[in-house]
Formats: sequence, structure tokens, C-alpha cells
Amino acid sequence: MTTPTPVETEKPESDLVVQLEDPWVTIVWNDPVNLMSYVAFVFRTYFGYTEEKANQLMLAVHEEGRAVVSSGRREEQERHVQAMHEYGLWATLERSDV
Amino acid sequence: MKPFRRRRRGTVTAVFELNEAQLLVNLASQVVELLQDRNAPSESEPDPLAQMIGMTGPVLPPEDPVLARLLPDAYRDDPTEAAEFRRFTEQSLTATKVGNARVLIECLEAGGLDVGAKNVEVELDATQVMGWLRALTDIRIALAVRLGIETEEDAERLAESDDEATVAMGDVFDWLGFVQETLVQVA
Repeated sequence: MTTPTPVETEKPESDLVVQLEDPWVTIVWNDPVNLMSYVAFVFRTYFGYTEEKANQLMLAVHEEGRAVVSSGRREEQERHVQAMHEYGLWATLERSDV
Repeated sequence: MKPFRRRRRGTVTAVFELNEAQLLVNLASQVVELLQDRNAPSESEPDPLAQMIGMTGPVLPPEDPVLARLLPDAYRDDPTEAAEFRRFTEQSLTATKVGNARVLIECLEAGGLDVGAKNVEVELDATQVMGWLRALTDIRIALAVRLGIETEEDAERLAESDDEATVAMGDVFDWLGFVQETLVQVA
């Protein structure tokens, strides 16, 4: 018979693990169809961004071809990508390079 | 068309000529048909076991370029992850898009299209506005893909085409953009 050896766990370490599992980003890609006003509208209403931030992100998509619009846990970014597709925006998620 | 404007009671309203309303319903219905050809609505309740083990939907991206744009891959460089994501989400994305198109169709029918009114007036609440904005987007995407619009310059060049049908479809594409713009401005 045996009993499990008690394992010491330290909170800070597990927090660190969570942080390391975090680097996922939602990217919105430029397309020739969506109106600039509509894209900014989606960023305001769906993500709750201010008008200024929503416009900045919209212009980044328009001028640079893509922009990271959100980052965080993978499941969360998957939900955002799904929502963007519902709005007709072209979005993908990927692991952040950072 | 009289552009969308906001009413004091919080709704937004617009007036379409009968042929404009018919055109919108026609285009929205085509989007619905295309989506349902890919993901037919199930007759019975979804099988919970099938859902649990992930046998819920297609894994390959659509071959039709319009559907491929309406139901895009969520992972750009990872076909395995893209397939997995698609399997779990494509049917619900399809259902949402079909629902949005139906909101647009129903509002126009209720606004006088079903009785052949000369002017079709729609009045939208906040939820219907979201349905319309997204349905108009899907219709514009579908038209753009069929017209071969891949860049902003492509869209501008349509008016110069020698093909009358292309010019006409380009006019419809521009008009839909105008309709959507006036709705975004009051949303």
C-alpha cells in the first residue's frame, strides 16, 4: 500500500503557466468589400472600444492590410473570430510572436 | 430609396421602392439558398452524442468561392486547426447568417412588399438593425466575389466594363454600399 507523496505547489508558479499559455491574437484582414464605417462600428459595438481606438484599428486594417484587434486566451480569441465572421469581417487567430 | 434615419422613438426607418425591395429580397434569398445547400437545416434535434464527439459539421473549406469567403478558415496557416474549428462552428455560423438574411426579408415583406406596395417602408429595432447590417454585408460579399472584386481598385473599375451585366451588377453593389452606409450612420 502506498499513499501519494504530498506535492508542494506554489501559487505564483501556476499563475506563470497560465500567463505563458496566453499568447493568442485575433487578426482582422483588409478586404475590398467592407465599409470603413462598418468595420469601425463592429470594433465599437462588439469589442466595446472607444470611437478613437475603433477608428485607429480600422485604419490599421485598411492601410497595413491587417491588425491585431484582441489578444488573450485561445478560447476567447476563437469566440472573437467566430463573431467577426458573423459580422462578415475576415478574421483569423494565431499564436502571438511575442 | 429614402435613406435610413432615426426616429424619436428609437427605431430607424427607410423607404424602398418596390423594385428595390424585391432586389434586396432576391439577393438575400440567394445567400440563404447558397448557405443551406452547404449546411442543410437538420430535420430533427441535433444528436448530443454526435455533438460530443465532434461529428457536427464539415471540416473542409467550401469549394464555392462565395461560401469560402462567407465561411472562412479561422486559422490561416494551420489546416488541421482550421478543420477542427470549422467542424464545431460552421453550422452555427451558417444558422446565424441565414437568420440575419431572414430578418431583412421579413422586414421588407412586413413593410409592404408582400402586398406589392409602391413604397416599402421598414422600421427596425436595435436587434433588427444588427441583422440588416450583417445581412447587407453578406450580400455585398457574395456579389463582390462573383464580380471578381479582389481589390478596392477592382470595385472602382466595374463601371468601365464593356459587359453590360457587369456594369449593372456593379451598380447594385454600389447601391448596397450606400444603403448600408446610411444604416451604419444611424445605428
